[in-house]
Amino acid sequence: MGDVAPTEIEAIYRAESRRVLATLIRLLGGFELAEEALHDAFMAAAERWPRDGLPANPRAWLVSAGRFRAIDRLRRRARFDAVAPELAARIEAEASDAMPETDQTIADDQLRLIFTCCHPSLPGDAQIALTLREVCGLTTEAIAHAFLTRPPTIAQRIVRAKARIREARIPYAVPGPDELAERLAIVLKAIYLVFNEGYSASSGTTLTRADLSAEAIRLGRLLVDLLPDAETEGLLALMLLSDSRRAARTSPEGELVLLADQDRSRWNQGQIAEGRRLVVAALASRRADPYALQAAIAAVHGDAPTAEDTDWGEVVGLYDLLADVAPSPVVALNRAVAIAKRDGPAAGLSLIDALLADGELADYHLAHAARADLCRRLGQVAAARASYQRALALARQEPERRFLERRLSELPPE
Amino acid sequence: MKYLCLLYFDGKQLDAMSAEDKKTIDRDSLAYDRELERRGHFIAAQALQGPDSAVTVRIEGGKVSTTDGPYAETKEALGGFILIEADDLNQAIQLAGGIPLARRGAVEVRPIYDVPQP
Repeated sequence: MGDVAPTEIEAIYRAESRRVLATLIRLLGGFELAEEALHDAFMAAAERWPRDGLPANPRAWLVSAGRFRAIDRLRRRARFDAVAPELAARIEAEASDAMPETDQTIADDQLRLIFTCCHPSLPGDAQIALTLREVCGLTTEAIAHAFLTRPPTIAQRIVRAKARIREARIPYAVPGPDELAERLAIVLKAIYLVFNEGYSASSGTTLTRADLSAEAIRLGRLLVDLLPDAETEGLLALMLLSDSRRAARTSPEGELVLLADQDRSRWNQGQIAEGRRLVVAALASRRADPYALQAAIAAVHGDAPTAEDTDWGEVVGLYDLLADVAPSPVVALNRAVAIAKRDGPAAGLSLIDALLADGELADYHLAHAARADLCRRLGQVAAARASYQRALALARQEPERRFLERRLSELPPE
Repeated sequence: MKYLCLLYFDGKQLDAMSAEDKKTIDRDSLAYDRELERRGHFIAAQALQGPDSAVTVRIEGGKVSTTDGPYAETKEALGGFILIEADDLNQAIQLAGGIPLARRGAVEVRPIYDVPQP
């Protein structure tokens, strides 16, 4: 079988390149050398496979080809780099007495890569850029495009992060049990930031941003596979349940549509079902964590065929739990809104006024928008107008601004 | 994607070097071009004669005018280029970092702009 089509090699590149890279970083001891070796391995594959046929285990073939090409290249580099031959000899010695790579070590390598990219000694924006490039295989240019920034900015973040990993000798390892929870929280936060960057409404660039959410969900799935845990399941559930409403949350004209006004037939039922399964698993296995609780709230909405059918008592109960494990002014605000739905606008308004009086939410546009909405429902038109205007003054995103302007114009005369 | 690596260095520093050292630089530079070629990154590369060999051409009032010397008079002048193929900007930066003359000057990495077909 001597005919391997270039499309077949491309498909193997898409499926295997990140796993091969993760293993090569461990075997060669560095990102740069491994990335070069990955490139060389696929060059060799493009040359050899059409002639010799597909190897029985393409992944193992690529790892081995990458390793030997790296040794060759280090030897050729000897004249510029005094330590290169020594490194080549060490890699060669390790290669000869190494055990064949098992599926387990390959999986562990992917975890090593994720934890290294999200190491706490790297700045948050560098963690995200490095994860998207090394773990997801996005190009520098694609990352910059998705984050609405220039490629040289992203490129420098990646160059500096790699230098930091090298200089600080950050180990290429999955954290031990004593620090696993803390380190996992950083990884999940980075993934959730990628998701939110892709989910936040922003006109004109909606397409590329949806790609970011898809990458975050892919990372979440990978992590659930590699490290099944209530927190990773909770995050994946939250992302799936939020993403299930993507098609319904903007109108064809790009206007924001509130949860209550969304066309629920456009919600992605497959994502809702998968999210719900994960929430149940996450909540059953351990003390409730914030991602799983937020996912559970999203699942309650997902279960309601119409906005009127929402089980607000259940939502308030989940917000009570969330306020307990992860108290924050934003959680308190959302809880107040849920209470307004359950007990009427007056009950919610007094809670929001108390929160605004605390000061922490004074500059948060959604707090003023929520207050305005409750005042409107209570017929307090002047108060509603003042709060919508305050919200509008603070809102930054165009679709949100247009939404607030629409609400203002719809207020009855005083 | 294609990237142009522009090599800037101080020609005087190079002139002051021994014949032996110059030969080493030339040999290393050619070897790196071959390395890029072997790995599928190489498109084209050339070294340039010194900036004092340059003539700058302008069209002024419909007429060609020329001045002696390079367009920009700087201590580190454009001395050569390598046009490469790379997956993304970070790979291009990594390849630029391996250029032997990068150790004696600076390499400006510029993505090629694909002019849209009219």
